[in-house]
Amino acid sequence: MDRDRVPVSQALLSATGTDAPPWQEQVGPNRRKRRAVSSDRSRPDLHERLTVVEPRRGFRRLDLRELWAYRELLFMFASRDARVRYKQTVLGVAWAVLRPLLGMAIFTVVFGRLAKLPSEGAPYAVFVFAGLLPWTFFSTVLTAGAESLVGSQGLISKIYFPRLLVPLSQLGVPLLDLGIGIVLMFALALAHGVALTSGLLLLPALVLLLTLSTLGPLVLLSALTVSFRDFRHVTPFLLQLWMYATPVVFPASMVPDRLRPLIYLNPAAGPVEAFRAAVLDRPVDWGGVALSFGVALIALIGATIYFARVEDRFADIV
Amino acid sequence: MSRPAALAVEKLGKEYRLGAGGHGARAGKSLYETLGGWLGRREKAPASTLIWALRDVDFTVREGEVVGVVGRNGAGKSTLLKILSRITLPTEGRALVRGNLSSLLEVGTGFHPELTGRENIFLNGTILGMRRREIERKFDEIVAFSEVERFLETPVKRYSSGMYVRLAFAVAAHLDADVLLIDEVLAVGDLAFQRKCLGKMESVATSGRTVLFVSHNLGAVRSLCGRVLLFEGGRLDFDGPTEEALERYEAGAATAGETLPRARFVGPLAGEVRFETFELHQTGRTVGVVDPGVPVEIEVVGESAEEYRAIDIAIGIFRDGHRLFSCHDGPTGRPLAAGRFRSRFRLESGTLRPGRYTIGFGATRPGTGEWTWSPEAGAIEVLERWVDGLDARDTGPISVPYRGERLPPGGSGA
Repeated sequence: MDRDRVPVSQALLSATGTDAPPWQEQVGPNRRKRRAVSSDRSRPDLHERLTVVEPRRGFRRLDLRELWAYRELLFMFASRDARVRYKQTVLGVAWAVLRPLLGMAIFTVVFGRLAKLPSEGAPYAVFVFAGLLPWTFFSTVLTAGAESLVGSQGLISKIYFPRLLVPLSQLGVPLLDLGIGIVLMFALALAHGVALTSGLLLLPALVLLLTLSTLGPLVLLSALTVSFRDFRHVTPFLLQLWMYATPVVFPASMVPDRLRPLIYLNPAAGPVEAFRAAVLDRPVDWGGVALSFGVALIALIGATIYFARVEDRFADIV
Repeated sequence: MSRPAALAVEKLGKEYRLGAGGHGARAGKSLYETLGGWLGRREKAPASTLIWALRDVDFTVREGEVVGVVGRNGAGKSTLLKILSRITLPTEGRALVRGNLSSLLEVGTGFHPELTGRENIFLNGTILGMRRREIERKFDEIVAFSEVERFLETPVKRYSSGMYVRLAFAVAAHLDADVLLIDEVLAVGDLAFQRKCLGKMESVATSGRTVLFVSHNLGAVRSLCGRVLLFEGGRLDFDGPTEEALERYEAGAATAGETLPRARFVGPLAGEVRFETFELHQTGRTVGVVDPGVPVEIEVVGESAEEYRAIDIAIGIFRDGHRLFSCHDGPTGRPLAAGRFRSRFRLESGTLRPGRYTIGFGATRPGTGEWTWSPEAGAIEVLERWVDGLDARDTGPISVPYRGERLPPGGSGA
């Protein structure tokens, strides 16, 4: 065996066609790309790819190319969840409409009628619905995302794929729900005599902003739940607190000017406020939104670093 | 040997931490414990909780070779496959893989019970690394192989277990990869489908693909592999021609009357409760080979270093690496004195069918989690004698006592 070892690995390495040890440059452990047509023997270059599996230490960059190569699996996970979602429920897809409406009704009674929170002149029902939509997206993604890796342990211990796909695929179903919710919101606004204005043209961009702002907390919570099972209990509680720290049932303008930047240190605050401003045709507090997005980006960078650090151990510890 | 290498493994090793402590095993630990650890209050993990599941493994597989991987449970086979398929990273050494590698560590990975057969073909195929277009191209072939055409639009939770594994294997069998890692997937379905799987494996094996085949099914290894890697205790014990490797593997177990191999016993009690040998008795005489026509008594002899308030002695009967059943020496939780002990297990005539079994011995302290165990310490040979009451057809690896009767027609059944 020892006799064979050296020449063989040299043969393997030289097969990549470069003189320098090639794995240091182009074929790190995560650099392996998947082939589009795997039986195509006319493409010898594809057969010369070399995968090196070896211990990994220290800092690692997020491998976006690999994530892209696995995009079909990401959509497959998301579509699986979407198909399974309402199976075996009596009301089926109607739940996607009922849930936000019920939430809106409860909040309108408690915070609009009883607590008489201000709503910047708009009907409270429309005001709170426009805030609840982005918030529900945020909290649903985080709730499902926190559990996602632990819930996929069967898969994780049996097959390789970028583990990041698991939390990321949790965005799919809530995005569908958000789309349904937006249509519902138009109906609600019209019913309350709120005019639909050009501000609504911002919505697609705001959905993107909301999605990007959710990524950091999503990735972080999913990895933390693998390391510390405590987060299964912490996450629901955290999200409850988080909602009251986010201008969902109250307008950000209720907070004194001096303290307003504090509100926007929350990655969810910017998208929620901007979303509502667009619906109610109010000026968007772009400074606050930018601050909020900045925090979200920092959270995302931190989260991917932490994720990459623990990713290699997932199969051993979930 | 002129063909190029497809797979090279160099000084590969994987260390696991078991139980508490160590940041490699923070799973299931509470935040409080970890915070305690950061504050210096965590107890040091004893060194014995570090286990090398694999160590110093070197081998090379050339393009087109079909290599069997054989060894007892815990010998390191699964760890090797997990490293090669990148599910887990090695602690030391490295593995080089040329080309596209697919692993089948289990059939039906990612199957969702609520989805239909059709949906699961696409889901499972994508998980295994196929492109959507590739699945579409092979779809009819997969369906035909699985024999579940009529149930394609039925959720797989309504499938029988046979249909389920047939569909799962069918998807897996249509993977295209330069290097294929296969673990135990042949043991699926009824006999006819197993033959079909084996046939498919043979065609894969002869199609020029490189295959690493892990199995307890020594028959399949014999017919598919030209070379076998034999693992023992995390190390590569033998690397060579199939027949020689399998002989070595089977010779490792002790036969009746021989000393049981010490090294095969694991667990916290391994040094305290030692199993020394076992004997076979039939009709009052000590025998070396079992006659299936009369009851057999398996008597195991051992020695306990200490006196225990409660301990159970057990045996397990295995065939092809699968445990068929276990027996305990009477009611649980009885005391065991220090010194020699003997336990006897009686099996009715015909329970063991002609062929070769392996036998494992173990001791557990109920309620403490302390145990020692060796799944395949001994071997039992049963004579090829088809006596009355022993069904000569292939009815399974053992016979169990039962009574079958045909009820008169028209009865209510009550």
